[in-house]
Amino acid sequence: MAKVTVDGIEVEVPNGSSVLQACEAAGKEIPRFCYHERLSIAGNCRMCLVEIEKAPPKPISSCTYPVADGMVVHTDSPMVRNGRRGVMEFLLINHPLDCPICDQGGECDLQDQAMGYGMDHSRYAENKRAVKDKNLGPLVKTVMTRCIHCTRCIRFISEVAGVPDLGATSRGEHMEVGTYVERALGSELSGNIIDLCPVGALTSKPYAFVARPWELSKIDSVDVLDAVGTNIRIDARGPEVLRILPRLNEDVNEEWLGDKSRFALDGLRRRRLDRPWVRRAGKLIEASWSEAFAAIAERLRGVPGERIGAIAGDLCDAESMLALKDLMVALGSANLDCRQDGAHLNASRREFYAFNSTIGGLDEADAILLIGTNPRREAPVLNARIRKRWLAAGIPIGLIGSETDLTYRVQQLGTAPNVLNALEEGFRKRLNDAGKPMVTVGQAALARPDGSAVLAAAWRLAASVGALTAEWHGFNVLHTAAARVGGLDLGFVPGANGRSLAQMMDGGVDVLWLLGADEFDTTRIGANTFVVYQGHHGDAGAARADVILPGAAYTEKPGTYVNTEGRVQRGFLAVYPPGDAREDWKILRAFSELVGHKLPYDTLDALRARLEQVNPAFGRIGFLPRFGGTDLSAPAGDPAALSDVPFAPAIADYYQTDPISRASPTMAACTATFAATPLVAAAE
Amino acid sequence: MSDVVQPASFAFDAESEAAIPPILAKYPPGKQASAVIPLLYLVQGQMKRQTGSAWVPTAGMDEVARRLDMAPIRVYEVATFYFMFNLRPIGTWHLQVCTTTPCWLRGSDDVVATCRAATGIQGWGETSADGVFTMTEVECVGGCVNAPIIQVNDDFYEDLDAESTQRLLDALRRGEPPKPGSMKGRQTSAPEGGPTTLTSLQFEG
Amino acid sequence: MLQDKDRIFTNLYGLHDPMLKGARSRGDWDATKAILEKGREAIVEEVKASGLRGRGGAGFPTGLKWSFMPKQSDRPCYLIVNADESEPGTCKDRDIIRHDPHKLVEGCLVAGFAMGACAAYIYIRGEFANEAKVLQAAIDEAYAAGLIGKDACGSGYVFDVFLHRGAGAYICGEETGLLESLEGKKGMPRLKPPFPAAVGLYGCPSTVNNVESIAVAPAIMRRGAAWFNSLGRPKNSGPKVFCISGHVNKPCNVEEELGIPLRELIDRYAGGVRGGWDNLLAVIPGGASVPVIPKSVCDDVLMDFDSLREARSGLGTAAVIVMDKSTDIIKAIARLSKFYMHESCGQCTPCREGTGWMWRVMTRMVEGRAEVPEIDTLDQVTRQIEGHTICALGDAAAWPIQGLIRHFRPVMEERIAAYKARTPMRMAAE
Repeated sequence: MAKVTVDGIEVEVPNGSSVLQACEAAGKEIPRFCYHERLSIAGNCRMCLVEIEKAPPKPISSCTYPVADGMVVHTDSPMVRNGRRGVMEFLLINHPLDCPICDQGGECDLQDQAMGYGMDHSRYAENKRAVKDKNLGPLVKTVMTRCIHCTRCIRFISEVAGVPDLGATSRGEHMEVGTYVERALGSELSGNIIDLCPVGALTSKPYAFVARPWELSKIDSVDVLDAVGTNIRIDARGPEVLRILPRLNEDVNEEWLGDKSRFALDGLRRRRLDRPWVRRAGKLIEASWSEAFAAIAERLRGVPGERIGAIAGDLCDAESMLALKDLMVALGSANLDCRQDGAHLNASRREFYAFNSTIGGLDEADAILLIGTNPRREAPVLNARIRKRWLAAGIPIGLIGSETDLTYRVQQLGTAPNVLNALEEGFRKRLNDAGKPMVTVGQAALARPDGSAVLAAAWRLAASVGALTAEWHGFNVLHTAAARVGGLDLGFVPGANGRSLAQMMDGGVDVLWLLGADEFDTTRIGANTFVVYQGHHGDAGAARADVILPGAAYTEKPGTYVNTEGRVQRGFLAVYPPGDAREDWKILRAFSELVGHKLPYDTLDALRARLEQVNPAFGRIGFLPRFGGTDLSAPAGDPAALSDVPFAPAIADYYQTDPISRASPTMAACTATFAATPLVAAAE
Repeated sequence: MSDVVQPASFAFDAESEAAIPPILAKYPPGKQASAVIPLLYLVQGQMKRQTGSAWVPTAGMDEVARRLDMAPIRVYEVATFYFMFNLRPIGTWHLQVCTTTPCWLRGSDDVVATCRAATGIQGWGETSADGVFTMTEVECVGGCVNAPIIQVNDDFYEDLDAESTQRLLDALRRGEPPKPGSMKGRQTSAPEGGPTTLTSLQFEG
Repeated sequence: MLQDKDRIFTNLYGLHDPMLKGARSRGDWDATKAILEKGREAIVEEVKASGLRGRGGAGFPTGLKWSFMPKQSDRPCYLIVNADESEPGTCKDRDIIRHDPHKLVEGCLVAGFAMGACAAYIYIRGEFANEAKVLQAAIDEAYAAGLIGKDACGSGYVFDVFLHRGAGAYICGEETGLLESLEGKKGMPRLKPPFPAAVGLYGCPSTVNNVESIAVAPAIMRRGAAWFNSLGRPKNSGPKVFCISGHVNKPCNVEEELGIPLRELIDRYAGGVRGGWDNLLAVIPGGASVPVIPKSVCDDVLMDFDSLREARSGLGTAAVIVMDKSTDIIKAIARLSKFYMHESCGQCTPCREGTGWMWRVMTRMVEGRAEVPEIDTLDQVTRQIEGHTICALGDAAAWPIQGLIRHFRPVMEERIAAYKARTPMRMAAE
């Protein structure tokens, strides 16, 4: 530790800290543009100048300067103020005065700092520089004349995203940030450079000229378009969600957000189910709630419980899944499934289906085996965490699955599950030698006939290489659906003698309740099966429905979600559901009363108490303790069944995976842009 | 760059290929990115051999990136940062006219005017209509005691004035570049009329 | 006055064979093994004792710099020779490279050995294509003769010398910009600390020295620190190659003692100022980066680090740019502003934005199309750049203008007045 005095305040900071960090520890805010704690240090904007006693008698950039014991720092001396004012003036001379038409207005670092260090007039009488805008694809809009060359975007794209597309070409005042050869940014994390850009050079293309930040209500929530559980902030104005931004959570997403989760929001306004529908004479007719409920109740009359089934979709909150389960149980049905893709997830022990190492645990992993997963597509933010670990420690990473650029170097160990029977010795040794090895199984490995065998083999491998110890749990399942772990946690799987999704197909049940379930082949539902679709988008499920009950999207209801780690998190209502749509648990609660099985909760709190009663895990919000793997007994599965059929990708198109993103014109534009473009090679 | 017609592809020819291994041998294993400038020179030199114009097309940068296992953007950055890489085709003779203060004090304005008049080129960076000359304003080329200087392709022509510049351009146009160095016949950087120091020493050889 | 016998660069003008045979006849590679046998410490101490200060511009004591290299290192150590000679007015390293290349190659071995380096990389500016060919030939000769390589000079020391060409970027003469460039990147100077002696080329301990600093090392070892120290002035010892350009009758390079009076240097070697000493307007005494000094200072200033610093200028690279009274001094400095704008790497805000600003204002100052208070604004802008950037290019861009304003402000004001007189009826709102 080093003792540093900042403006008379004595603080202790770890050796190797920067002066800027010491200043922050002392509660002194240091203006900065290029510095960002998650990126390499560039030291080029020169805004964070401070004065250090006994250092060279000039202002020193605090972000680059290491602390020393006994250092005395001044952050507000005349030298510092003059230095920063000078830098600010230089930043502004070629910066356009277009704040009134700039989307960054109101949340612009340059604007903010200009209040503190700017002059009331410009001394620059020459022509301002104009820079040609770059086309970076459908998501990021550029106004490059505004660029202040902080290079945050370049560093993010090459360091965090691992897709080195951006650079600064030419030099001096002609230096330009861009791709040189026009191309769309080939990263699933590209939207983060909008947040990182301290000025209005990089803004959101779909959000261009839509709103001003002070017009927006800002609600904390959780993303549901993958299973990472990225913490988000939903910015809305009136009934519309206008923007989704990441929120800081070191344990989950740090401060990043995937492009789909950020930009699919225009899908929330399209193809919405905003009133009930009932099929009459083969045609869906608009209906009232009571008509819709009556139609279902009528069809249910006389149908035995075992002929009724329910499937929960990928975006569901735990509350609605529990309400549906409770309703099904009350109706005498054990036909429940939340595994739309048919993944052989074993719900008997949480360790069998969770990402047990935790996402933060990736920072400690020292060897990783990926089985049937492409984390870059399935969980880009988590993938960035793997890359971060790889960059920091150069850990060995093996992949069983189709060859692809994951933004870090992987050892390709084969493409089919039977590789697990004879894992390459070199890599097995690396897992063995690792203190904290990690075996990660993706949905592509489980959603196939030999899925149970893969799960069991992966677990056994983890156990045999020492990935399961008292201190470390190195067995992980990487999910793609936000609802999945919650569904498994509350037992939304076939009960005793219950039917699985596959068994409910082809007339396996007479009445099938789909709770936002669109990701399975609905054509396999028996022709005479009566389908209730409860959800928010007119997608595959609604198209097949006999009755449609309009529910709420994740932005329109308070909800509990359990991410792939098993971390329980809560989202809040940002806008109200459109039209006659209602919160899903309330729909189920209302219907239950109609059919004489009134669910025993009238409030969300009561339902949540019930959740916690079903599984105490639901009582622990946000926090997830680290745990080891002590019970080595494996899930059921026959190693002999491991086949030589290569794993297929779990996600064909990152940009369109669910009803919301399929309804999003922005995501459609991404698909059109990137479908033809192969992943960029070469991890830097 | 949009106005430049870029070749669709670039491949090193046998002469360039032969030059690559000795270049790579200079740098430690894994540090082959150090060879990016030398390889870009190879591209530029090969374009000169093949097309008569020494420049680096984007496809050449991509090939360098591939060879050195670098992201293409890192090569684009280098190629655009260093002034000696021509990012568009140039003429047979690249007149790199130094106009920095030491050359200017010794009459580079006359040299520039003579070049303009003789080649018909008006703006910097432009190529004459016949494709023979490209005129580029360069910063100090490092021969200041022999100012003013034009660097023609790799060679320095020094101690120029309007008359000798004209003579130089005429010779180049004929395809007969004069011997590089002082156009006044000076002994390198020694004062005009011969050295006044190092006169008392005798060496064998 | 330096006598020929005390001159180190005895083939400065290329009158003799620059290659190995000629070099040997001039004493190069003579018992180099014996120098190495004195040991690392002894060489560093000898160079320290000689008082040699870096010849690239900053004048940092060379021996001291060498001593910063680790005594023991599990990583390779490198000597980097800065042959990116690009400072306007300077053309001394060019002569060493093309006419006395073996002095440099031998210096690489001596210096490299003294700092425990496994190899030297000589970074030569791209424009010196022909000079690079000569130097490469000399390196090849030295390898073939066993002077460097697996068993350098029979000493058992393994030492490589590699030549690396730049491609046109002044900033690569800044030592960390050079390292970046050598690693295959844009030549953007690095943040310091860490300094190259700790984290240099490829992250390994490295020392960057100017060509001349390295090329004089063997002479110091042969003739001794005392000899070197006997030349020049206290703390400014040794001979030095001066470049005299501009308005002199006979521009030339010449090796002379540090501390020689500027006037004597010009009069004796460069045939005097064009039109006589009294026709002198000003001199930039150390390459473009140092402030201009007016005739009054030139009359008796001595050409060494400390004397010129006292005169609020600098020795820099000892490139003397002479300007007689016909010179438009504003234009001369404005052209340097253009140079710095062109050569700014662009990473630091003050330099990227400020060099362009200064040049644009200077362009107007040349015409007089400005207001008098803008001179003060310009001066303030130079001070907002100076000391606010990662490397010294910002300082170098600022100083010439500061020197101009300091010594020639009346000329600038007259120019503005003259412009106003020519164009009296200008509209207020242009």
